[in-house]
This record gives sequence, structure tokens and C-alpha cells, in this order.
Amino acid sequence: MFDDLRDLYQEVIFDHNRNPRNFRVIEDADRTVEGFNPLCGDRLTLYIKLDGDKIVDASFQGSGCAISTASVSLMTEIIKGKTIDEAEELFEKFHEMTTGKDEDVQLEAMGKLAVLAGVREYPARVKCATLAWHTLDAALKNQETSISTE
Amino acid sequence: MTQFPIQKIREDFPILQEKIRNKPLVYLDNAATCQKPAAVIEAMSHLYRHDYANVHRGVHTLSVRSTDLYEGAREKVRQFINARSHKEIVFVKGTTDAINLVAQSFGRAQIKAGDEILITAMEHHSNIVPWQILCQQIGAVLKVAPINQKGELQVEQFENLLSDKTRLVSVVHMSNALGTINPVKQLIDKAHARNIPVLLDGAQAIPHMRVDVQDLDCDFYAFSGHKLYAPTGIGVLYGKQELLEAMPPYQGGGDMIRKVTFEETEYNDLPYKFEAGTPAIAEAIVLGTAIDYLVDVGMDSVAAYEAELLAYATEQAHKIKGLRIIGEAENKGAILSFVLDNVHPHDIGTMLDSLGIAVRAGHHCAMPVMDFFQVPATARASFAMYNTVDEIDILMDGIKSLIEVFG
Repeated sequence: MFDDLRDLYQEVIFDHNRNPRNFRVIEDADRTVEGFNPLCGDRLTLYIKLDGDKIVDASFQGSGCAISTASVSLMTEIIKGKTIDEAEELFEKFHEMTTGKDEDVQLEAMGKLAVLAGVREYPARVKCATLAWHTLDAALKNQETSISTE
Repeated sequence: MTQFPIQKIREDFPILQEKIRNKPLVYLDNAATCQKPAAVIEAMSHLYRHDYANVHRGVHTLSVRSTDLYEGAREKVRQFINARSHKEIVFVKGTTDAINLVAQSFGRAQIKAGDEILITAMEHHSNIVPWQILCQQIGAVLKVAPINQKGELQVEQFENLLSDKTRLVSVVHMSNALGTINPVKQLIDKAHARNIPVLLDGAQAIPHMRVDVQDLDCDFYAFSGHKLYAPTGIGVLYGKQELLEAMPPYQGGGDMIRKVTFEETEYNDLPYKFEAGTPAIAEAIVLGTAIDYLVDVGMDSVAAYEAELLAYATEQAHKIKGLRIIGEAENKGAILSFVLDNVHPHDIGTMLDSLGIAVRAGHHCAMPVMDFFQVPATARASFAMYNTVDEIDILMDGIKSLIEVFG
């Protein structure tokens, strides 16, 4: 019935929506930032634990749609073990992939994150996918304690 | 179903023939804005092709023709809501503009530091923020009458909040997020017993029921054209003449003056005192066309038909496991706001869109209502006179399917 949506709602997204990874609080987090999308009410808190410039743990709490939940869940998995610079680079690539500005983004290079590429066909949903990453960006730059997509 | 010319009405709305994602459009976002009948679309075109010029200005033929049509539309609005005089019908941009006008004109003149303005917990942001701005400007206090879990106003609490300091009550006639129709006559009686004027936000009510401002005895009534099958950019502020007379102008400019020198300015009569600048001429005239269309169908018929649609939708929604209706007032207009146990409203919106069904997903500019029901957002199907039982079946099938997909 929802054949048209297969690119947007891939099985991986349903899986992460049903069973979000790293859905917990890191009590001794080095960075804690709240992300808010006032348009749809999505709200998440991102926790980052650092060792030097390396992300050793990442987790989140909050509620959102399937796209935003899957996006933040996948993100917390993927950034673990990366340096701040590597994570920032990934943020740039993710942003390009979801906003479709750069058609040449190599989806293979995005790994699991490629499942979120479908949002670029749905402008109203791009912010759902990017909320997690904007929140991460704020956390890594250590400038703010809350960000909003608007 | 009662005898309602649904087939003819559907044929009158060209956009209903559109295909969305290769499916017939099922348009259920009427509380946001509703679609336009061919009569309205064609009237707009006809006006610009044959009768358009500025109003209240020149002596030339087109200006006279345009002015007659513009004032004719005002008369249609007067009759539609049964105001006493055309002087009580102020053309504005929309409901939001109307409420801001009252806040800044009536409010700044009549309300002082320490005075109170009473609203309810189910207001749209447009009936909250103008009062907050006013309160910040003058040091007045905004009071909020609570609602219950069904989304109904707690009338006793409302009464208790009316005090010697209350200078204005501003209440939504029908809630956009919940569908609740407030017992406005009763509220107005209570407020008037203390000589407190009442503004009704009629943005949602006006397309769904007969509104008679004399029968209601409200002091102000605000509504938008675009929710009444007319264009955007035009709305109406009804105000009792004696109140409008006493109010200072809201904006200065052309049309609202009688005589201007650099020393002083004499303001125009009602309603022009509040219509500074060139108005939305075509939109106002075409609002008249939309009203003609509605009068022809009959507001009582519309209300009866939509009540049947809502009853059917509610009954079907109750059968869906995991669906919770937000807003179950006894007296309710044709709005079905809901949440699903495992599916976020935004996903509901996208999923239904892929089936050609347009619903609103979000906070509906009523964040305090969302907070009250402890949901981040809801999905909302809002019905108009051109919707059908078949479309409700399509909606319900879509909801059942997406629940399955999300597991």
C-alpha cells in the first residue's frame, strides 16, 4: 500500500524506530545538548562522552518521528570511536546527502546512514533527519546547550 | 445521510479532481485552509478582467464599479453574520489581524496596568500572543481558564476567573486543535453580567455553523476568508458600533482619514477608520461571492451534513486499536485530532500523503493544548462540506495500514 514510500521508510528505519540504540542517559557525559524541532515538536537530548578528542560514548533521550528517531539512533552508533573532526566531516556529508545539494555524495561511503538519503525527496521531512546531526554539531563545538531547527 | 447535494458541491470545487501521488485527492486539512469553489475562482478572474480599480478614490467608472462591489461584499458579510450595520464590519487581513487590532486599539485605550484579560487553555496562538504583547506593553495580566480531559472548557473555573479587574474576555468559538465548540452564549452572559466585553475568535466556527452576532451578543467577532471558501488576505472584524466608535485607529494612512494637515488629522467614519491603505479589494469582493455560495447551500444544511461526517469518523476511529482521539467534547465541530500508540503524527502525515490524503500533523499553533494532553503533536483530519463518508473510509483504511507497517 505504501510502495511510493519505500525509499523514505526503509526497513532499517522501522527497526531503529522500534528499537532505538543507545537510548539512555550518560550520567557523566562531557557534552549534553538538547535539540528541538518546533515545527513538529521533536525533542531530543544528546549525550557525548569524550576521551581527548575521541567520542567514546554517545546516547540520547527524547521523542520524535520515525525518521528523526532512526537518524539519532544510527548517529549514536556510527560516531562512537570517531574523533571530533571525523564526526564533523560526517555531519557535512550527511547534510549534503539529505539536502541533495551535492548529487555526487557517495552513498556507499555513507554506510548505514545511506538509508536516510530518501528524505531529500521530501523537503518537509529533511529537518527530521538532520535534527540529530545539528544537535551533535552544537555538542562538538561546545557552544550551546540547546538548538532549534527553526 | 440527509439530503445534501454532495455530488453537485464536489463538482463545484475543481481541485477535488486533482490526483496526488497518482491517487484521488482526499483533502482533510480544511481547518488550516479550505479549497475554493469555481464561482470564487472565476469571480476573481472576472473582477480583474472587467471591474477592477482602487476603491473610494476616483470618480472614474471603474473605481465606482469596484467601490460598489467592495461595499456590496461588506453588506453580504453584514447579512451573513446578522450585524446591525455595515459600520460594524471592518475588513482586515484575517483573524490574526482582527485580534491584534482589538488588542492594540481597544486594549491600549481601555486596559490599564493590573487589569486582567481572560482567555482559555484551548486558544490558538493568535488568541494568546496578541494579548501577551499587550500585557507586556501595559502591565496587564493574562488569565487562562482551564479545560478538562475531554477538551471542554471548565465553565465554573472560567466564571471564577471573571473578576473586578477583568477588562476583556477573548475566547475561541470552535477550537482548531480539538474541535470543541464553546458554550459562548453562556460565557458572554456571565461576562456581560460584570460589564466585560467579549471577543470571539470565529476562525474555525464560521465555515461550519450559522453565526448570528446579535443573537450571540458578542462584542467582537473575528474570522478569516480563506477558511470560508474565499481567498487568503481578507478577514473580518465585527465590532459593536459603540465600541468601535470609542476605539482609536489601529493604523494610520490613506482611506482612514477625512482631513489631514500637518497639525492634525480628522479620522474617517466607521468602518473606514480601521481600514488604512488600499485594502485587499479583489479578495474582499470575492469573499462576498463565497458567502453567496454558502448562503445558497445553507449553513444549517452544512452544519447537519458535517455533524454526520464527524459522527461517522468518530465511530470508525474508535474501532482502531491504538488510536486515541484528542478532543472529545460533547459539542464538537468537524475536526478529528488523534494520536497513534506507535506512530508519530509526522509519520502519519507522510504515510497518508502517499495515499493522496492531506491531513495536518503538528501542534496546530496550539502548543499549550499539546502540553495539556502531553503529546508533542497530533494528526488532524478536519472536514468541510465537500468531504464524504467514502473519504473517511479511505482515511481509516490508510490509518489501519500504516499501523500495520509500523508494527
